[in-house]
Amino acid sequence: MTTVILLVLTGLGLSGLYFLVASGLSLVFGLADVLNFAHGLFLSIGAYATWWAVNNLPGASAEGWGFVLAALVGVAAGAALACVVELVLIRALYRRPIQQVLVTVGLSLAGVALLQAVWGADSLPFPRPAWTQRVTRVGGAAVPNAGLLLIVAAAAVLVALLVLLRFSRVGLVIRAGVEDRAMVTALGIDVRRAFTLVFAIGGAAAALAGVLAGVSFGAVSPGQGTSLLIFGFIVVVIGGLGSITGSAAAAVAVGLVQQFVNYFSPGLGDICVVALLAIVLLIRPRGLASLSGRVAA
Amino acid sequence: MTAPSPVPAPALLCVDDLRVRIGGSSIVHGVSFDVPATGVTVLLGRNGVGKTTTLKAILGLLPAGAQISGAVRLSGTSIAGEPTHRRVRRGLGYVPEDRGVFGGLTVSENLRLAERDGVNGRGPDYDTVYALFPELERRGRQRAGTLSGGQQQMVAIARVLLNSNRLLLIDEPTKGLAPRVVTEVADVLERVAAQVPILLVEQNLAVVRRLGQDAVVLASGVIVHTGPITDLLADLELTRSLLGVGHHQKPSPREAGVL
Repeated sequence: MTTVILLVLTGLGLSGLYFLVASGLSLVFGLADVLNFAHGLFLSIGAYATWWAVNNLPGASAEGWGFVLAALVGVAAGAALACVVELVLIRALYRRPIQQVLVTVGLSLAGVALLQAVWGADSLPFPRPAWTQRVTRVGGAAVPNAGLLLIVAAAAVLVALLVLLRFSRVGLVIRAGVEDRAMVTALGIDVRRAFTLVFAIGGAAAALAGVLAGVSFGAVSPGQGTSLLIFGFIVVVIGGLGSITGSAAAAVAVGLVQQFVNYFSPGLGDICVVALLAIVLLIRPRGLASLSGRVAA
Repeated sequence: MTAPSPVPAPALLCVDDLRVRIGGSSIVHGVSFDVPATGVTVLLGRNGVGKTTTLKAILGLLPAGAQISGAVRLSGTSIAGEPTHRRVRRGLGYVPEDRGVFGGLTVSENLRLAERDGVNGRGPDYDTVYALFPELERRGRQRAGTLSGGQQQMVAIARVLLNSNRLLLIDEPTKGLAPRVVTEVADVLERVAAQVPILLVEQNLAVVRRLGQDAVVLASGVIVHTGPITDLLADLELTRSLLGVGHHQKPSPREAGVL
């Protein structure tokens, strides 16, 4: 029983990580039709900016509020990079999907190479508060606090995104834009401003994922974002493109499947996730979100 | 010392030598027409002659691969180079052929999204909209995707009535609707047309006869006839040759009994 509790909670921690990566990808694809292969770079930048802040920024540290400050620097760096990428590279290429893929793939390769050039190809020890390295007893199971932190953070981001989508004007524009972008412009709305915002939100969420992945793994490496991005894409496709609740449900499914199967047979979990993807696509080609017919909410 | 000669009222919208190519095939080749500042101008023609493409070109809504040339002027100002949202903000209200209602949003969210500058600085005109469509107020919290076709058409029309527009572009508003609903939509459009000029694409000749003032007839991407609607419809031979009604499409009891 304790093993089950442990696997559920650590699996949900993994789900949280995947959701943070997938939420931005899903919104960006749903609204702007951009398949952003550079999304993993936002994650790495978040982690490295936090690492840099802890070591260099006065006031930032590996403990308490100092760490919160460092994490905020990381999240802000991810959001800022995402904005710049959207404004400078993507904006000129809307409606040109092949060029977008080339640019974002190129950017992700160049970004990883740049991180390697500056901070080396090896993973660096990630500064993290001591309490995240301890465990909490839940029903007899010793659950790492870092995993619980991931669950809480992902749940908070999910709620914040849903509130934004449901109750704000820009959320209304995003939901409508996911359904029919051209019609949104035909109502006199400059939908490109929503694109920039969605990129920024996605960049911030990915950067937060980077910070928390650093906390969870205790290390940060240039390729971390790219490897997590693969699971992010799987979650987005299973969940249904453009759907936040779909992404959340898919992230939970993928995290739990991966954690449970890997416990019994290490490595097999990753394969099972791909099998899950195949099964969902066979049964529901448009992802879980098509269950309810809801888009982007 | 010359007496002021009667000058025809300047056109509200001028389309001049509009050409559209999409994916290598030419859809509209050299269309020019004016839309006067009052009444309903009807864009007529058989299926696939470029009516919807012409409306979309006026709004800048064609897909990225489309090559568009020619001038579009609203009250003398060229708008052809502007992005769609800016053209719309100049006072163009668009009701697309498929209604363009956001099915995942509620009725009131659909309306809220369309709020622009409102009417004469007084905010969105919900009084007019709910007076015309009391049903939309009752169904505010219902998802628009679950509405009937006629109700969705009302949402689409209500969206453009929230704001003050200089011209409405309405594409086949009665398509696919039950006869009773066609009458309702025609009633609404008649009342709207008293306030705002409309450029209407419509195939239902009973509706055209009732609402239309001027006719612009397209065939294979060129204009083949312009003039008052009454003259066109009075000339059965002309109507038949231009619109193809008559041979394959007898005026059905449905159409005859509608209005």
